[in-house]
Amino acid sequence: MAGKSVLKRIDWLTVFIYLALLTIGWVNIYSSTFTDENLSIFDFSTLHGKQLFFIGVTFGAIILVLALEASFYERFSSVLYIIAMVLLLGLYPFGKTIAGATSWYDLGFFNLQPSELAKVATALALAKYLSDIQTDIKRRKDQLYAFLVLLIPVILIVPQPDPGSALVFFAMVFVIFREGLPLYYLGFAFLAVLVFITTLMFGTIWVSIFLALFIVLFLLLKRKTFKVPVFPMISIAVIAILFSLSVNFVFNNVFEQRHRDRFSLWLRLEKDPVKLEKIRKTIGYNTYQSEKAIESGGFFGKGFLEGTRTKGDFVPEQETDYIFSTVGEEWGFVGTTTVVLLFTLMLLRLVYLAERQKNPFSRMYGYGVISILFIHYFINIGMVIGILPTIGIPLPFFSYGGSGLLFFTILLFIFLKLDSNRLKEGI
Amino acid sequence: MKKLLLSSIIVIIGLTFIGRLSYLQIFSFSADQLMEDPAIKAIYDYPERGYIYDRYGKLLVGNDPAYDVMVIPREVKALDTLEFCQLLDIEKEKFKKELRRARIYSPRLPSVLVPQLSKQDYARLQEKMRRYPGFYIQKRSLRYYATNASANVLGYISEVNERDLAKNPNYVQGELTGRTGIEKVYEDTLRGSKGVQYIQKDRFNRDIGKYKDGVLDVQPVQGKEIHITIDKELQEYGERLMHGKRGGIVAIEPSSGEILTMISGPTYEPSLLVGRKRSKNYSKLHYDTISKPTFDRSILAEASPGSPFKTLNALVALQEGVIVPSTSFKCYNGFYVGRTLRGCHCGGGTRNMNVGIYKSCNAYFANTFRKIYEKYTTTDEAQDVWSKHIKSFGLGDYLGSDLHTGRKGRIPTKEYYDKWYGDNRWSSSYIISNSIGQGEVSVTPIQLANMTAAIANRGHYFTPHVIKKVAGTDISIPDFVKPKHTTIDKKHFDPVIRGMADVYKKGTAEYVQIPDIEIAGKTGTVENFTIIDSVKTQLTDHSVFVAFAPVENPKIAIAVFIENGYYGGRYAGHIASLLIEKYIKREITRKDLEKVMLSTTLESEYAKPYSGEPFKINEYNWRSLHAIKPKTEENPSK
Repeated sequence: MAGKSVLKRIDWLTVFIYLALLTIGWVNIYSSTFTDENLSIFDFSTLHGKQLFFIGVTFGAIILVLALEASFYERFSSVLYIIAMVLLLGLYPFGKTIAGATSWYDLGFFNLQPSELAKVATALALAKYLSDIQTDIKRRKDQLYAFLVLLIPVILIVPQPDPGSALVFFAMVFVIFREGLPLYYLGFAFLAVLVFITTLMFGTIWVSIFLALFIVLFLLLKRKTFKVPVFPMISIAVIAILFSLSVNFVFNNVFEQRHRDRFSLWLRLEKDPVKLEKIRKTIGYNTYQSEKAIESGGFFGKGFLEGTRTKGDFVPEQETDYIFSTVGEEWGFVGTTTVVLLFTLMLLRLVYLAERQKNPFSRMYGYGVISILFIHYFINIGMVIGILPTIGIPLPFFSYGGSGLLFFTILLFIFLKLDSNRLKEGI
Repeated sequence: MKKLLLSSIIVIIGLTFIGRLSYLQIFSFSADQLMEDPAIKAIYDYPERGYIYDRYGKLLVGNDPAYDVMVIPREVKALDTLEFCQLLDIEKEKFKKELRRARIYSPRLPSVLVPQLSKQDYARLQEKMRRYPGFYIQKRSLRYYATNASANVLGYISEVNERDLAKNPNYVQGELTGRTGIEKVYEDTLRGSKGVQYIQKDRFNRDIGKYKDGVLDVQPVQGKEIHITIDKELQEYGERLMHGKRGGIVAIEPSSGEILTMISGPTYEPSLLVGRKRSKNYSKLHYDTISKPTFDRSILAEASPGSPFKTLNALVALQEGVIVPSTSFKCYNGFYVGRTLRGCHCGGGTRNMNVGIYKSCNAYFANTFRKIYEKYTTTDEAQDVWSKHIKSFGLGDYLGSDLHTGRKGRIPTKEYYDKWYGDNRWSSSYIISNSIGQGEVSVTPIQLANMTAAIANRGHYFTPHVIKKVAGTDISIPDFVKPKHTTIDKKHFDPVIRGMADVYKKGTAEYVQIPDIEIAGKTGTVENFTIIDSVKTQLTDHSVFVAFAPVENPKIAIAVFIENGYYGGRYAGHIASLLIEKYIKREITRKDLEKVMLSTTLESEYAKPYSGEPFKINEYNWRSLHAIKPKTEENPSK
């Protein structure tokens, strides 16, 4: 049932943004890896040549994804999930280690990263579980299972070690929220992050004082208007203070120095400017260089292939995680804003698409797609422009890398396929 | 609500990113200047600095190419040490030692292995150098001085510092720039402009080819040679005469304002401030605060001019019509200010202007000065007129020459005295010292020489300057070729000049005549004081002399100022006489005089105030040359 009908009903706006990002991404990979010697863009010994090949492969995958029955994905999601988990597990005996992380299978012509597949599979599996008629997300047990779907790949990926990728799975909590997980979970998570950061910045005593003050003020102001859950509030505060103490413990005893340094840099915990500068130039070297590269681009940028810092390879891993700095240097504020707007537009469009699904599975999967794309985009660009600590995950459709491109595309196009099929629902 | 949550987070994050990006790329944006971009290395090709020649085309300053063998230890491959050492002509042990030292300094950065090879060695080595990776030859250019004189005129060059770099972005670290003298004033002409090649680097600092295929590269432009107006031979001779004496000498060609010589004593050899020993030598010179060799006395030392100033008062009085050349005044071996008698050593008697000048009679000029002030109803008015006339000779203000520094000197105005004595609370008797060039009046040697040139020209002068040709072409800077007219009519100069000529014929400089050259001049003896242990102590008088020659069509106007040289006819008069003869005749006929001047020093005089013991001043210890003992002692005046 592929062919014309899919092409007619597919959401062309998303496809267009996708193609735009893909093109801009490749142009910047070309620029990052360009040297004066090799001039052919099809030279597969170069990274941009390889990437072009991957794009070709990806287009083949798109056709395949669109050609398959829409119901295939729902039906086989559990199987796919199991396969992905087995592949993750199989890394321990058979994986190939690159840069200290055993995250790849060596397939000869290219390296497959199963955690990329796991993202797609988990999004599908989570949607499948949540959309099951027997699942009620208000139930604690079902909440636990839903979390378990996310937790299994995390547990398999963290020890590779690849904490960045593991983080991505947590983003899918959004899906569960969308489907009815009470918002106070989010409130707790937010409070936890807040306590974590404020503890690092001001210490436990101040955090306790803040909390106490907050409760007192709350009680004073709200006493007459409504019933105050005094006991739960105080217990939350106590838990928060205990958490704050544990943060200190974890930070000082569990974290390694490099992790501590990342936080020192991010939250400016180190007050000694000399030491801070040293951290900036060592632990923060990548961010420092990428910020400088972006800064030097100015409003209009230095122009295509004119980025001297890009050419001089000043930003490490520029064609992968730091690809956005090339945009910054060569295309300036105009270029970076364009990319940010394209991502924002795509994500908003996807939210719109997800919300118009009649089939809950499609909607939940849609949210899974959005969560994954969003967390990549948020952490990657946030890191490159220096507002988030260094967490190495790629920018979707942009960064060099075959697995990443292939599975991000499959992830997106499965949803577009589901969306194109939404009017024929009801199986 | 939940539907909106995700959308709003997406929008907020998008806005945050754009905010951060606009902060980075718009607010804190600083365009990578080609020079500041860490990814681009600029390799400079320094042009040779322009040569400096004297007025007759004799070389004063050139360049010495120096070739340093450089080494980058990390890039050194296994080599036949013995053969290489033979090639470089150094000991094997020394080679190893130097290499070790270079490695300690930095394995990656170039160090000098063998400094300053000769041109021959360079030619021999150049081709073979390629066989030894890690070694290369770097050409440097050092200033070479073809004279041991004129350090004060030529100035020196040194590496640019942070301040220069901030001021002028065209310089880069390590480049040389003129610091004083000609080197500073004509920096842009002499320097040329450097060539530059841009090389793209990667983060390991490796070259990865030309940046943009070299389209931005610039070829160096050689510095231009310049000719200056200094007479090398005269300058060298003058500096020899100044041996052991402090003071300044300036000689000017009156018809053009070209500075023929500009001597400051003591001075130093210009080659002291070249190359690696520059800094050490400079400190030594700079911190010699007693004899101050780096202080250019010819243009910076301000002092009262003494009696030569009398000629100007004569000219002002003639112009104002308060005297005529035949006007006479009586000298009572001095003159009265109120009831006080101020001394004069001219011998006393009735003096007309001619005698007043050649005998340097203080009383004559005190009376003349009073006459000028009596002409006007108020002293203010008179002071205005007087200072306007005097200033028209280039005194009391910067000359506007092309020297790197200068001083204004002082010609007091009515405002000056009002401030000092109070409005309307002073009169000509308060300032009568000005009549004989003492008191509040002060000038620099170059101003004195310029004043003399103005007299020699009978009423105009050209701004003194040192530039003559740039790149072989005569240059005419409008300000230097336009005559500056004094406020004195031409006709008044002749009687004054006659008086000055008589200084040589029968006056205070009778013994320093030059055979066959008619000179006009004026001696000066300037009282001066210092403070020793908080007591104002008088020192031996300064010896001053101005002269020009020949009287008709003057070729040279000169001012000589010798600190503590006693009366004007003594050191200053003799030195001026020798320099005039040297310049006009190109040889010295009076060898005995020359010998005395070259060998006599004033060191013992300069040591007196520092001896800590009482000392005599104005001692008469003119050693061997009895024949030139002056007939009339000159007037130290109060």
